[in-house]
Amino acid sequence: MSNLLNVSLSPHIHGKETTQKLMFGVIAALIPVFLTSVFFFGYGALIVTATSVASCLLFEYLIVKFIFRKPVTITDGSALVTGLLLAFNLPSNIPVIIIVIGSLISIAVAKMTFGGLGNNPFNPALVGRVFMLISFPVQMTTWPVPAGLGTGYADAVTGATPLAIIKEGIKNGEPISQLMSQIPTPAQMFLGDMGGSMGEVAAFALLLGFIWLLFRKIITWHIPVSIVVTILAFTAVLWAVNPEKYANPLFHILAGGVLLGAIFMATDYVTSPMNPKAMLIYGCGIGMLTVIIRVWGAYPEGVSFAILIMNAFVPLMNAYIKPKRFGEEVKNG
Amino acid sequence: MGHTIIITVISLGLLALFAAVILYFIAQKFKIFEDPRIDEVLAALPAANCGGCGFAGCRNFAEALVKAETFEGLNCPVGGASVMGEAAKILGKVAPVVDPLVAVLKCNGTPESRPRTSVYNGVPDCRISHNLYIGETDCSYGCLGKGDCVRACAFGAMYMNNETELPVIIDDKCVSCGACVKACPRNLIELRKKAKKDRKIYVACSNCDKGGPARRACKVACIACTKCVKVCKFDAITIENNLAYINAFKCTFCRKCIPECPTGSILEINFPPRKPVVETEVEATTVNPDV
Amino acid sequence: MKTFPVGGVHPPENKLTAAIAIQHLPLPASVAIPVSQHIGEPAAVIVNKGDRVKTGQMIAQSKGFVSSNIHSSVSGTVNKIDTVIDTTGFRQTAVFIDTEGDEWIETIDRSDETPVEVILSPEEIVKKCLESGIVGLGGATFPSHVKLTVPAGKRCDTLIINGAECEPYLTSDHRLMLEKGKEILIGTTILMKALKVSKAIIGIENNKTHAIDHLTRLSSEFQGITVYPLKVKYPQGAEKQLIKALINREVPSGRLPLDVNTIVHNVGTAFAVYEAVQKNKPLFERVVTITGKSLLKPGNYFVRTGTPVRSLIDAAGGLPEDTGKVVSGGPMMGKALPNIDVPVVKGTSGIVLIPRSESERMEIQPCIRCAKCVSACALNLEPYLLMTLSEKGEFERAERERITDCMECGSCSYTCPAGRPLLDYIRLGKSTVIKMARKRVSN
Repeated sequence: MSNLLNVSLSPHIHGKETTQKLMFGVIAALIPVFLTSVFFFGYGALIVTATSVASCLLFEYLIVKFIFRKPVTITDGSALVTGLLLAFNLPSNIPVIIIVIGSLISIAVAKMTFGGLGNNPFNPALVGRVFMLISFPVQMTTWPVPAGLGTGYADAVTGATPLAIIKEGIKNGEPISQLMSQIPTPAQMFLGDMGGSMGEVAAFALLLGFIWLLFRKIITWHIPVSIVVTILAFTAVLWAVNPEKYANPLFHILAGGVLLGAIFMATDYVTSPMNPKAMLIYGCGIGMLTVIIRVWGAYPEGVSFAILIMNAFVPLMNAYIKPKRFGEEVKNG
Repeated sequence: MGHTIIITVISLGLLALFAAVILYFIAQKFKIFEDPRIDEVLAALPAANCGGCGFAGCRNFAEALVKAETFEGLNCPVGGASVMGEAAKILGKVAPVVDPLVAVLKCNGTPESRPRTSVYNGVPDCRISHNLYIGETDCSYGCLGKGDCVRACAFGAMYMNNETELPVIIDDKCVSCGACVKACPRNLIELRKKAKKDRKIYVACSNCDKGGPARRACKVACIACTKCVKVCKFDAITIENNLAYINAFKCTFCRKCIPECPTGSILEINFPPRKPVVETEVEATTVNPDV
Repeated sequence: MKTFPVGGVHPPENKLTAAIAIQHLPLPASVAIPVSQHIGEPAAVIVNKGDRVKTGQMIAQSKGFVSSNIHSSVSGTVNKIDTVIDTTGFRQTAVFIDTEGDEWIETIDRSDETPVEVILSPEEIVKKCLESGIVGLGGATFPSHVKLTVPAGKRCDTLIINGAECEPYLTSDHRLMLEKGKEILIGTTILMKALKVSKAIIGIENNKTHAIDHLTRLSSEFQGITVYPLKVKYPQGAEKQLIKALINREVPSGRLPLDVNTIVHNVGTAFAVYEAVQKNKPLFERVVTITGKSLLKPGNYFVRTGTPVRSLIDAAGGLPEDTGKVVSGGPMMGKALPNIDVPVVKGTSGIVLIPRSESERMEIQPCIRCAKCVSACALNLEPYLLMTLSEKGEFERAERERITDCMECGSCSYTCPAGRPLLDYIRLGKSTVIKMARKRVSN
């Protein structure tokens, strides 16, 4: 046996990438976001992140070991990524029990019921987040005001996010130019000094993560760029029509979860389309839906819903939007 | 409060009634007439939908039975004679007598008899490795041992023996549906006539190379020496393409061919052990010791 | 720099033998020459046991149009006509000859001259290729005389010579371009004459800068030949990708290069054509790279067909202890050999020895739908889908998804982070779909 030759089909060499390395690459890209979340929201951010990650890992381990009775899969890193992304979608003062329930939904319902890694149609972290939003609307919509390391956890001082200010203000008939004085400056929003979920506030940290993901070839530019460009274009049109009713495009990009959603959530491998053409259409769809929900919908923020709605269309897109095959025959007459 | 409930119940009840009436009329309008006997026959069938009858599921087979003039060529191997008899009773036809069959693997190339000459470490799938090269041994006809047949069996009648690296067929569970026969890329499994006490006599080899290369590749290969053909009084054995084949319908289980085979490629299964041969030649000292 | 726009991967080049000049491998004690070293009908043996043959003498004749003549690569006595496991992995008829000396047939010109002028007419050139058993030496081994016969209704305006050699480890074409550059260019002019074209383009990957410079300089002495460097990317040497990169034409799905008015030949084939037409030498030897990280003396050798791979490995210092796989061809598309007595044939461009630590497959994990296989596919197919369809037996849909377009380059399996055996199942699907299509046609 030891000196017999191995035979198998070509290729006989393999690239260096593995599922685990890709997942850990995503985790590395999230480090700047994690650091800024702690910097702005204090130890509450630590508690929320730790709870989310621990519960996601625990639930996946228990389900795979005792229900599926298969070898343990938590070492591939995907549950860790789900835990982190779920945490970054939450306010930093959310009670622990709600996080645990959300993790349970993310892992058990959104991922494991479909068969585990690779089989889920909807983004697990977003499913958990939306479930928590609808089940615990109060806790999920009270956002701590960033006060650095002294923000506190259960006792954090809360305030409205920029998107909520605009939404409420427009409802009350106030013009945009007046509302803008209550909103942090673009520079502050870029750095992260504003209310919001732990991961969405610091645009620069998210962009650093984006650059890392591109450099490591973990994601391609198609989805994030198409989402951001669509939102910029759509809001630019609205803003041009009536700048007192609609906020400017830059505001829409920096406020809320657009960058977090575009860079980390919409690009989730399992739930996004499989070829560049479909990815661009997916991104446009998410952009459109986000703006529609933000401007005309009941919620101030629409990214999570937009992504989940487009997730539902992904199998259809994969089936009908195909890459142009090499040498595709041009149909004659 | 009670008011609301009553109104709700009545209005929803009327809606339901309305929908039911519409559905009834639509069902009547689009009703397809089906011979009620199809359902009767279907109830008699085993509902395994295995395809062993050659049709796409039990319902398809039931339709064929109802439509057919005679039952010639129609058989449910899973249900066997009892099910065919039931169907015959329902339809007023005669079920022909069909010999029960059982799957048999025509290869006995264990790692001891058939040495490995390379290690296949690709996808453990027989079709894939069969397409790739001659296999892990020098016999390009023998069992590849990756279990396509075991995976194809819907009745749990097969499992892989990890020591012999060959699939094992559990006779009691085998319903001769033929799925394993189709799954094997080397056509090593044959449905042979089932005998009493699950006895079998067959050539456990499919190697069509000439004797020399066949024997070099595997100790228990058939080398087409024709000794078995010569000893068989019932013309049950034929040799084609350097390979002997025993016809299960002509074989009377006289067992004379087994000791004739020099390589031991003919197997006899579920027979009582032979009486030991006592040497009555010149040297009395050579009496066979294991009496 | 020219390249193909979609797909491709960048495996480590490992061109360990790029600087090692070609040597002549000493003749083995016996050769086993298979009668099918080409696409098409196997040749019919025309010698018998006991016959004495000379080097270059025809020993098997082509059967039908798509077939090729086989010539003896040594002089000696025919030992037997028997079967041998060849580089396809299956048993094949072969002529076994015991080597006695190296007496060549008298018609071969063994002088050192490199005649430039092409005297034969186009038809005579094609006939010469047929007689000399010339087949595509890039690895596909398609009979060259068939490729040079342009059917009615089609025309060719450009000849492309493939000097890409995109597979890791292999350097046989590279050394041939450096050491036999003039002969390759003469061979190119011969092919141009046979095809009646005035334009030829040689594409060479940019990791062979010396070869590019050398051939560019030499090409100034010839009419109509241009040399272009190509970006280093696998599979640049694949016919369709080469045509797209050099002249920006896309061969339609299911068609041939001739449908975009071009024909591609490997540099090795150009050299073999030169030897056949100018030196009357049939094809019985070629350059083979013997390489591997653990080999003592990797190198490039002129090897006679029928030589057991064992002889090459011995010349390179013997089989290393830690050898896991012996691959005929490159590591991306080559065939893993079950033993080292397999004979070298016309299509053997290299023998790569892969250490045991690198020859185990990755554990198969579930598909994470990362679409890296889609990005890697140079034909813009969707390997993850083709694998699932083949696995589940949905062959009709696989046919609609163009599974038969797949050229089995291996980029998808190479890239997959989950270690999924994409190519294994796609190949299974392809062969099933082709069988299905044939049945449909015959019904």
